[in-house]
Amino acid sequence: MPTPRRLETNESAAITVVRFKDQKIIDPETIQELGQELFDLIEKEDRQKIVLNFARVEFLSSAALGKLITFQKKAQRAGAEIILTDIAPEIYPVFTITNLDKLFKIKDREADALAVL
Amino acid sequence: MRGRDFALLSAPRQRSGMSLPSDEIQFERALPSALDAYHDFVESILNELAARGWGQGDLFAVHMALEESISNAIRHGNKQDSNKRVTVECRLSGERFWARICDEGPGFRLKDVPDCCSPECLELPGGRGLALISAYMTRVEYNDCGNCVTLEKRLADAPHQAATADD
Repeated sequence: MPTPRRLETNESAAITVVRFKDQKIIDPETIQELGQELFDLIEKEDRQKIVLNFARVEFLSSAALGKLITFQKKAQRAGAEIILTDIAPEIYPVFTITNLDKLFKIKDREADALAVL
Repeated sequence: MRGRDFALLSAPRQRSGMSLPSDEIQFERALPSALDAYHDFVESILNELAARGWGQGDLFAVHMALEESISNAIRHGNKQDSNKRVTVECRLSGERFWARICDEGPGFRLKDVPDCCSPECLELPGGRGLALISAYMTRVEYNDCGNCVTLEKRLADAPHQAATADD
């Protein structure tokens, strides 16, 4: 398995916690690589419970949102559960403006997600 | 702070006898149609606004509107054709961000773009940029054929709220 360039992952009690390495998720190469690393969690590593921790993320574009939506769909098809956490106050409106707060399960903090998975 | 990477056209200036904010600058830049070639330019604009006292939340709003407008122009307007350019005209001050972004494509009609924020379209992977641009700007206008978008953001506490005559 190649070393992930865009994500840090930790696994405990069958829950995979994913942290983004990039502060800004904008350019096409970053989004492509990040998407592939996320998809691999489902398609190659068969992870079933995933927390996406956005604590480091300061900016993400609609192209990044598109990749997250595809990830969510892949997870749904595989029966995996995803929870987004630690979204910065500046970024959270990006999810509400686009109504994606209704598509994704979102919790304030990583600990909140770990408690319900 | 990074150095300017665009040609400054004038600063400050007087227009039609109307006094403009003394810190306003205007400039224009032709960008290549490549999705990895405009981020430094956007960063320069954000730095200019930050130097004029713009706060984090407002800078985020401008960043989002520029990112989505320019990437739309490159991706959907110019179809990443290296022979085409995206032209960005900007006016910046401590009170107002104004930009016109034009591509060389045939344009589009807003009503032809699916509403990706509607419940039945939430899972579509694309098309959220227009909603984000509208939400973060004070004013967004498209030209008749749809290949130019004008963005404006006025700070809520800015003393001059009326649009200027040549906008």
